[in-house]
Amino acid sequence: MTITGALLYALCGVVLIGVGTYGFMTRAHLLRRVLAFNVIGSGVFLLIGALGRRTAGAQADPVPHALIITGIVVALSLTALAVALVLRHVGETGRVVLPEEDAEEGG
Amino acid sequence: MTQALPVALLACAFIPAILCFFLGEKHAVWRNAVNIGSAVLKLALVVFLVMGVARGVVYETRFEFVPGLYLLLRVDALALLFVTLSAFLWLVTTIYAIAYFGRSPNLPRFFAFFNLCVTATTGIALSGSLISFFIFYELLTVSTWPLLVHKGDPTSMAAGRSYLAYTLGGSAALLFGIVWMEGMTGPVEFATGAALGELTDWMLVAIFMLCVGGLGVKAALVPLHAWLPQAMAAPAPVSALLHAVAVVKAGAFGIVRFIYDVYGIERVAELGLGVPLAVVASFTILYGSVRALQQSDIKRRLAFSTVSQVSYIVLGASLAGPFAAIGGLAHLVHQGLMKITLFFTAGVLAERLGITTIQQLDGAGRRMPISMMAFTIGALGMIGIPPVAGFVSKWYLGLGGLQAGQPWVILVLAGSSLLNAAYFLPLLYRAWFLPPPPGGHAEAPGAARLEAPASLILPAAITALAALGAGLFAAVAFSPLGWATLIVERVYLP
Amino acid sequence: MNALPALPLLELSIALPLAASLLAVAAGRFAANLVFAIGPAMMALAALLCLAVSRHGPLEAAVGGWEVPLGIALGADGLSGVFVVTGALILSAVGLFARRDFGGAPAETPRGYTFWPLFYAMWAALNAIFLGRDLFNFYVALELLTLAAVAMVAYGGTAAALRYLLFALMGSLAYLTGVGLIYASAATLDLERLHLVLQGDRAVLAGAALMTAGLLAKAALFPLHAWLPPAHGNAPAAASALLSALVVKAAFFILLRIWFDMMPDAQSPWLTQTLGMLGMAAVVYGSLLAIRQGRLKLIIAYSTVAQIGYLFFVFPLANGSAFALPWSAGAWSGVIFHALSHAFAKAALFLAAGLVIEALGHDRIADMKGIGRALPITWLAFGIAAISLMGLPPSGGFMAKYLILTSALAGGHVIYALVMIAGGLLAAIYLFRPLGAAMAGDNLPDIAPVSRRRQLIPLALAIAAIAIGPASSLPYAFLQIGLPEGAS
Repeated sequence: MTITGALLYALCGVVLIGVGTYGFMTRAHLLRRVLAFNVIGSGVFLLIGALGRRTAGAQADPVPHALIITGIVVALSLTALAVALVLRHVGETGRVVLPEEDAEEGG
Repeated sequence: MTQALPVALLACAFIPAILCFFLGEKHAVWRNAVNIGSAVLKLALVVFLVMGVARGVVYETRFEFVPGLYLLLRVDALALLFVTLSAFLWLVTTIYAIAYFGRSPNLPRFFAFFNLCVTATTGIALSGSLISFFIFYELLTVSTWPLLVHKGDPTSMAAGRSYLAYTLGGSAALLFGIVWMEGMTGPVEFATGAALGELTDWMLVAIFMLCVGGLGVKAALVPLHAWLPQAMAAPAPVSALLHAVAVVKAGAFGIVRFIYDVYGIERVAELGLGVPLAVVASFTILYGSVRALQQSDIKRRLAFSTVSQVSYIVLGASLAGPFAAIGGLAHLVHQGLMKITLFFTAGVLAERLGITTIQQLDGAGRRMPISMMAFTIGALGMIGIPPVAGFVSKWYLGLGGLQAGQPWVILVLAGSSLLNAAYFLPLLYRAWFLPPPPGGHAEAPGAARLEAPASLILPAAITALAALGAGLFAAVAFSPLGWATLIVERVYLP
Repeated sequence: MNALPALPLLELSIALPLAASLLAVAAGRFAANLVFAIGPAMMALAALLCLAVSRHGPLEAAVGGWEVPLGIALGADGLSGVFVVTGALILSAVGLFARRDFGGAPAETPRGYTFWPLFYAMWAALNAIFLGRDLFNFYVALELLTLAAVAMVAYGGTAAALRYLLFALMGSLAYLTGVGLIYASAATLDLERLHLVLQGDRAVLAGAALMTAGLLAKAALFPLHAWLPPAHGNAPAAASALLSALVVKAAFFILLRIWFDMMPDAQSPWLTQTLGMLGMAAVVYGSLLAIRQGRLKLIIAYSTVAQIGYLFFVFPLANGSAFALPWSAGAWSGVIFHALSHAFAKAALFLAAGLVIEALGHDRIADMKGIGRALPITWLAFGIAAISLMGLPPSGGFMAKYLILTSALAGGHVIYALVMIAGGLLAAIYLFRPLGAAMAGDNLPDIAPVSRRRQLIPLALAIAAIAIGPASSLPYAFLQIGLPEGAS
């Protein structure tokens, strides 16, 4: 199996997804979770881009690029919303984790 | 016209139900007028219906919901029997209820749901298919609950919870049985019966037990009867019409329909289901009577009496043979008339004289002669003393037992009559032959020289006379007995 | 009449709410009055849409004149039509209801200013999902919907909104990954072309599985339901109504499109049985938890968790049942009826609960005795909606229950039938508790005044839930238009 450039990007994307998922599940700190979400997002975009390159010939398939751009915009707006909510949560409670995970963080 | 009439009968009760929600305290006169007017209209429509069916007209309305599920209203002789009874008793109870409640609060809500109950009962009577029956049966459960908890005190709420637990559980079983059966036979109409060819015997037995069990909750078969004595916490008009007559009759009616029109009496006998059902019914008859003996609260005593008496109908349906069928069907009407008389009177006694227990009954006959006369007629009918109607249906049931080869039925009937006597005669003795308590009874204010307002005495008097008449004129073709004979002749025997 | 398909009905159904959203930002404190214009307009659009579909069959529209596969297609069949109509009715009603809490006049408030753009954006997103024929379109609309929904939940509490957002984010990423994988196999994203082109190879199945997992999180199916009760239970009544009635249904709608329109043959027993079992678990778990709640809005929210479970019975029951019972409508129609009547009933319940909170200041069942006498119309609306949720005749809920039961027993899936019946009984337990409390006692509790007209809104929604039952022949016939194979 030859390691083409596209395959490398795809594997890299998968690794990012894995790292991000691990971070999302194990970290209770809300900002880290948002960051983890963004890491997963980047991994997904890499994967989609690589998949697009894989199927076409010399020319890259533009549709995955459109998907990625749209995905970036969506991820950006959702991240903005998430950060705003985290800020408000911190303002209200003084804690930066969700209530039921508070005990785990050690108070 | 033949399509419109069944729907008109339903609308006759449904539209007043909606109207009553809007007719509040300020419009009490209008509300009473709507209630009584629609009851009279209903009775008139029923008379018209009777004449039509006697001429051979078939009234049928079919309304499809989705493919495979349709509402079927069909007027046959059995439907007519039940709908006539309920129309007549509804009119009488409406008069009673208006007089009983006077100016109590929350009446718009009460009468709205009251009318909904009558809609549901009419729908049950007129249903032509099993699923239509179920739809109205559930509607009855839902519309009786607000009436049951009308007073809002903890006893009523507890009674309501118990009622829901039993009836909703029963209808879950009923629905399961119906859907199971219809999945293999297609929609079941009462006129044609179910095409039971594909089902194995154990399936048929299971479905029978599910459906009759589900119906048996409302019909107060032991051990599914426990909700009924608790339901006596409701106001007297509710106990009178619904829990002594309409709700329990709906369950018994359902069992009759199921045995005769879905399975067919031969199939039931073949499967060996008839005798066990008869045994359960007989046990209920005796058990109810024994428990009635133990009660000192009048309404509870009457409630257990109902538990016992409704099973006569089930007994009649489960025994194979025309006489038993006639006896059971006739008792459907007779018991309704007699029991409602008893409840009406019990309500008047409680309301005007504060009498709720047996011990308080001393000398009531002297203070309220007309009401107690009605009570006496009802009680004598329950015991089975001629010429009140109860004797006639018991006679036929006994003959039916002999005819079906189950002579022990006669023992059950005799035992039940003895028990009935044991728990009714002391009441009559106290009321008529003992002097009133030293300070008189706890009179309600406003009791004039007449024992109670006429509109409170009249309903009981009317139904008592009807019970007497049904017995005296039982040989006439249009009596309940004659009608029951007609049904059995026309439909159940080749 | 013949000109109907030529009208840009599909595009307008999405564009008009979007325009309204922008207009709401500009209108500032008068944004609350927009609903008087937009509501009837959307209802008329929905009616015209259904009329066009019933006369001319499924509608298609290529947005901007770009044909598939270059462009994006919108389409409407019977399923789309009923959902668009239901959405229009419920959104209009909730919009009318929300004018009091979120009205801006006389002075502009943050709530009044922000709610209406979100409201119309949600409307646009819902219609985009109901009318979509393209996987990525679904993604974008789903994200817009999530944004609007999370923001609405945030009115009630930040922690609940955060939890919802986290679940939704993971769901979106899973869905997006799935879309990518499917695109890699098929080189198209349009549902119809996918239907023709897709083989059931591993990449496609993996993609579909990821998409399903993401959508399950958004539809709050057990065990991914944990975000729903706090979110719906604490949000303002209008927001909760929209969330429970429509937002969770949108995710389910996309699932239907994927598994019945796009790749019906790929429905392996493993998938259908798993989804069916998760549905059963949702019903039992949600109902049991609902019974234990002491607050009215939490009861209703857990009830949503349970009722969503019923929707997933479509997977094990829908195939094959059409042949088992040729004379009967099947589970697919039953589940759609359930979704529709649940939408109306749940919206009515939440609005009624909102009125109770306005009147009493709280929604604790234990302190609610006699509220039925003070708010009779509200109580009646609650009772009627409860009848539909319990599946009692003659409501739409009963129709759905009957159809699903029939399919289950005819197909030999006795366990689903039993769970269906048990669910109805459990629903009776948790719904009759507040109903009983409302009727208990004989006092008249003193309450803050609640206008009669607002009480009529939940009543109208509840009556709609009941009316679906007797009036089901028309929607049923309409649903058959453009039906996927194997469904009935």
